[in-house]
Amino acid sequence: MKTRIIIIAILVIVVIAFIADGIYILDETEQSIITQFGDPVGEPVIKAGMHFKIPFIQKVFVFDKRLLEWDGAPQEIPTKDNKFIHIDTFARWRISNALTFYKSLKNEMTAHSRLDDLLDGVVRDEIANHRLPEIIRSSDRQMSILEVEAVGVDSSRIDDLSIKGARKKISESIVKHVQDKLKELDLGIEVIDMKFKRIDYNPEVQEKVFDRMVSGQKRIAEKYRAIGQGKKQDILGKQDQRKKEILSKAYLEAQTIRGKADAKAIKIYADAYNKNYESRDFYNFMRTLNAYKFAMDTTTVLLLTTDNDFLKYLKSPK
Amino acid sequence: MAWKKVKIGNSEFEVSSTHYWLAILGAIALIVVITLLMSFYTVNANERGIVLRFGRYHTTTDPGLRWKIPWGVDKVYKVKVDYQYKEEFGFRTLRSGVKTQYSRNQFTDESWMLTGDLNIADVKWIVQYRIDDPINFLFRVRDQGGTIRDVAEAAMRFVVGDRSFHEVLQTERREIAEVMKDFMQETLDKYNIGIKIQLVQLKDVHPPGRVRDSFNEVNRAKQEQETAINEASQVYNREIYRAEGEAKRVVQEARGYAINRTNRAEGDAKLFTSVFEEYLKAKDVTRRRLYLETLEDVMSKVDKKYFIDKDLKGIVPFLNLSGTEVVK
Repeated sequence: MKTRIIIIAILVIVVIAFIADGIYILDETEQSIITQFGDPVGEPVIKAGMHFKIPFIQKVFVFDKRLLEWDGAPQEIPTKDNKFIHIDTFARWRISNALTFYKSLKNEMTAHSRLDDLLDGVVRDEIANHRLPEIIRSSDRQMSILEVEAVGVDSSRIDDLSIKGARKKISESIVKHVQDKLKELDLGIEVIDMKFKRIDYNPEVQEKVFDRMVSGQKRIAEKYRAIGQGKKQDILGKQDQRKKEILSKAYLEAQTIRGKADAKAIKIYADAYNKNYESRDFYNFMRTLNAYKFAMDTTTVLLLTTDNDFLKYLKSPK
Repeated sequence: MAWKKVKIGNSEFEVSSTHYWLAILGAIALIVVITLLMSFYTVNANERGIVLRFGRYHTTTDPGLRWKIPWGVDKVYKVKVDYQYKEEFGFRTLRSGVKTQYSRNQFTDESWMLTGDLNIADVKWIVQYRIDDPINFLFRVRDQGGTIRDVAEAAMRFVVGDRSFHEVLQTERREIAEVMKDFMQETLDKYNIGIKIQLVQLKDVHPPGRVRDSFNEVNRAKQEQETAINEASQVYNREIYRAEGEAKRVVQEARGYAINRTNRAEGDAKLFTSVFEEYLKAKDVTRRRLYLETLEDVMSKVDKKYFIDKDLKGIVPFLNLSGTEVVK
């Protein structure tokens, strides 16, 4: 009886093990293939849910179904116009056919290294085929550029910025190229998108650009200062002119007033003194006498002869 | 049955039989309680529960206390659908609050980018987004966060790359944010990531590191220009107001002179006329009187007077005295 119980228990365990190994669950993010003695059998299982397989004989390999990341290592590439730039790209890809993916690549790591080779190569080709402004710009939109800020990478020359930008076209063309190649290679993966994450100058060029920007700004600063000084001088000059104008006008008016007054005074005097011979004579007499008073003081030395009218009685009363 | 068997022992076996049943009941109760506990889950107010049954999407549940099949049959992901997520580029907030603290680290890798005229600008920005479709968000893209950041950086550089340095710094900030938002949304829709971009906002946009000083110098130069003009204007105003005052003074002085001059002339004329009228009445006497009075006055003032006989001309031969009354 004891052995029967043991046999039954073993049977139950075996059945449970068979059922457990015959069932597998795929998540919404997963897909799988089934292999039998190492060889894949049947189509890839893509639908999420509970699935069955032959226990122990068949094995399940689960892969990701989602969009997967690929981040390129930044690389230095010369452009068509011989400028060295750092390019950092990213792409999104997915396992489009789990079966071929399993056969050709086995896992994501090998897939990544294949993508590295492919994408880096295509990116390099495309970049080397375009000039820097084409890579940076995406249209021929008219930009407003301050004259002093126009920059040449080597400070002597100003780059032609009028060429039509092709940033979007370049990345689209890269994606197209890679897609075609992947189809050709039949690796079971597809690239959905590729974009330039960062495009930078290499450090030496960057320093040159900074130098150029600094000197440009210094030029603007000097211009502002010079304009300020110029305007100051202009205002001061105007000030001087205006001041002289005001004062001279006042002088003109003042002299006119004085002149009129003097003229009027002359007329008044003339009217009074110039009535007839008598008045002229009297004026002459009075004015002369008055002048004596002011002409002589204590320091004056007077020498008079006796035929002077004033002294005529000094010698005789007659 | 089992308790009857164990009965063949001492008298205490009866009690242990009840314990035996209690233990079994307890074990069953424990399993039931654990099962119940595993069967319930809470979905918070701003969340949705995404239920997978045997790995496959089954249903979406609203906020509240919800039930599921336990023991690994149903799996629930909670997704914050009403939450505003924020990503920062070129800077990091350490602690937000009334006085938000930012990381001192520089993220120039993120923020330095080439402008369309081949200058370099330092752009910092934020992206706010919401999970629009939780199913797509959970199951279509691996590394959702990294994808959003990658796309945001690519989009910003794409938009800035088509604008001049001057436009990026000043005139086109709002437009850049808008174009960038559309570009991001378009790309993310292509990835089917289930995210809706709510807002792209440019924060600080600067000239990069060591160029910044020279830009500040331009601002200083602008200030200096203003100052120079203001100084000159001040001098102008001061000098012109003073000159205007001076001009008025000059004119008024002239008017004073005029009044003075004419009044005096008239006064003199009146005096003369009055005296002259009286003089005419007794000409000789008056004339003589006036003469003598004047001479008296003059003589009394002069200290040194020499009266010389007209016949003694030889005394002072160096003086020509003939006809001269006064010599100074």
